[in-house]
Amino acid sequence: MTKLERNDRLIRISLLMVAFSAVSVLAIITIFIFEQGTPIMFKYGVRSFLLGGDWYPSEKSFGLLPMIAGSLMVTFGALIAGVPLGLASAIFLTEFSHRRLTRILKPVIELLAGIPSVVYGFLGLMFLVPFIRENFGGPGLSVLAASIILGIMILPTVISIAIDSIRAVPDSYREGSIALGATKWQTVRMVVLPAARSGIIAGIILGMGRAIGETMAVIMIAGNAADIPGSILQPVRTLTSNIALEMAYASGEHREALFATGVILFIIIMILNTIANLTSARQKR
Amino acid sequence: MLLRPKTEEKIAQAFMYFFTSVAVLVLLFILAVILKNGVPQLSLEFLTRNPADMGREGGIFSTVVATIFLTFIALLVATPLGVGTAIYLTEYTIEGRLTRIIRFGADCLAGIPSIIFGLFGFILFVNKLKFGWSILSGGLTLAFMVLPTIIRTSEEAIKSVPPAYRLVSFSLGSTRWQTITRVVLPSALPGIVTGIILSIGRSIGETAAVIFTAGSALRMPSSLFSSSRTMSVHFYILAKEGVSMPKAYGTAAVLVIAILIINILTYYLMEKYIRRKL
Repeated sequence: MTKLERNDRLIRISLLMVAFSAVSVLAIITIFIFEQGTPIMFKYGVRSFLLGGDWYPSEKSFGLLPMIAGSLMVTFGALIAGVPLGLASAIFLTEFSHRRLTRILKPVIELLAGIPSVVYGFLGLMFLVPFIRENFGGPGLSVLAASIILGIMILPTVISIAIDSIRAVPDSYREGSIALGATKWQTVRMVVLPAARSGIIAGIILGMGRAIGETMAVIMIAGNAADIPGSILQPVRTLTSNIALEMAYASGEHREALFATGVILFIIIMILNTIANLTSARQKR
Repeated sequence: MLLRPKTEEKIAQAFMYFFTSVAVLVLLFILAVILKNGVPQLSLEFLTRNPADMGREGGIFSTVVATIFLTFIALLVATPLGVGTAIYLTEYTIEGRLTRIIRFGADCLAGIPSIIFGLFGFILFVNKLKFGWSILSGGLTLAFMVLPTIIRTSEEAIKSVPPAYRLVSFSLGSTRWQTITRVVLPSALPGIVTGIILSIGRSIGETAAVIFTAGSALRMPSSLFSSSRTMSVHFYILAKEGVSMPKAYGTAAVLVIAILIINILTYYLMEKYIRRKL
């Protein structure tokens, strides 16, 4: 074996190790979060964590139900606000708008993804929260405010993935439909959208993941009361805000309970990721 | 209710126009508000003086420095790992179970919320490795966070190098590694740089992962181990605690302008060098 060949083999092996960096990081994160969070869950019982309604860390009462409900409510709200907006924009940009307009609008919408989440939270706090307080009542810091801001924040995810999967539908489908006398909209509704369905769903699920994992924006506008909100005008605390609000001063079992919150969040996210991966893999096939 | 197809088409179009304009207007509103309220606060002094009185007075110099340090460390760690992974995936192996596992890992990592990265960095770097709240802890946490972005973009960039380039290089007797370093990487460079710039954007805007790893001490970072406050954390604290709205708007304007420049730059590079959408 020449020196060059030996070097090449060495390089191949080191690159293989580097290639496992992402997988190893994922594994390390999983191990650390679970190691920190699960012991206390088993100590007090998984049931009392998942279904307990009272979060009083100082009295060793660690019920996460209000936060789980809160996360689900704002995520669902975000989907109601964001998905129609995102889907309509994606359909418009791929099927109806002028090419040149699409070339301008698409990067503009993608810019939404780059804006830091604290900026969204801040604007929500300055404009949306007072607006809700004055027009609909309640404190303004609410499920509604969080849902609307999260709905805007998931737009770029939903739009770009929907655009990609709509574009992946072969033109022959559209031509066949138009040849049968369908209008453009009928073609979109009956041919293009069903063909692009799994990609669009994957985008929506990824958007859900973003919404459920968002922290800073939600903290600023959701009000953060650890109770299950009775209406969408009442404050809400999500799993993420629960961690971020109390991490700075928590210690002992309180801190472990926050890691347990992280464990639950982590499991939800991994389930969503896996579903999204599987659905988008189906379209590729 | 059955509508005439033509009417239905008109209604559908009207809805789509409306929704798309809402999405675009929201973005323009965000930019307009931040720039209108923030730009008047900006001055050379704002950028070059340290915050005083908890941020009520002075500028944001130390937070800018902290942001740059943190981002620099993150990329110093993430770039070799990400580009290396991409090289392995594209040049050294064929599609199979191994590549699926690696891609799955990267995809999952990309979906993990920043607060989880924050928790993780806090336990591993701050507590277990005893780096404390520091530039180093924050930078390493961010490195893990941006790793999937760098892998993805580098992979696309390397894939878009025509196979003929490699064949010519091999036919001249170069080894695989020589081909990669002298032929493939130079032509993929613009795409790789795009990924790095995107990651800079994410690092600058990140708050949740940074606040628990780099801390929020308002002072000039003096070493890798000093705790310090980045721009986005500073902005968060100014806005949330209501310390000073003018200073908050000023900081937000700096953040948003930086993000704008980064996005325009990446868009330009992408259009020019990688036509494919990631």
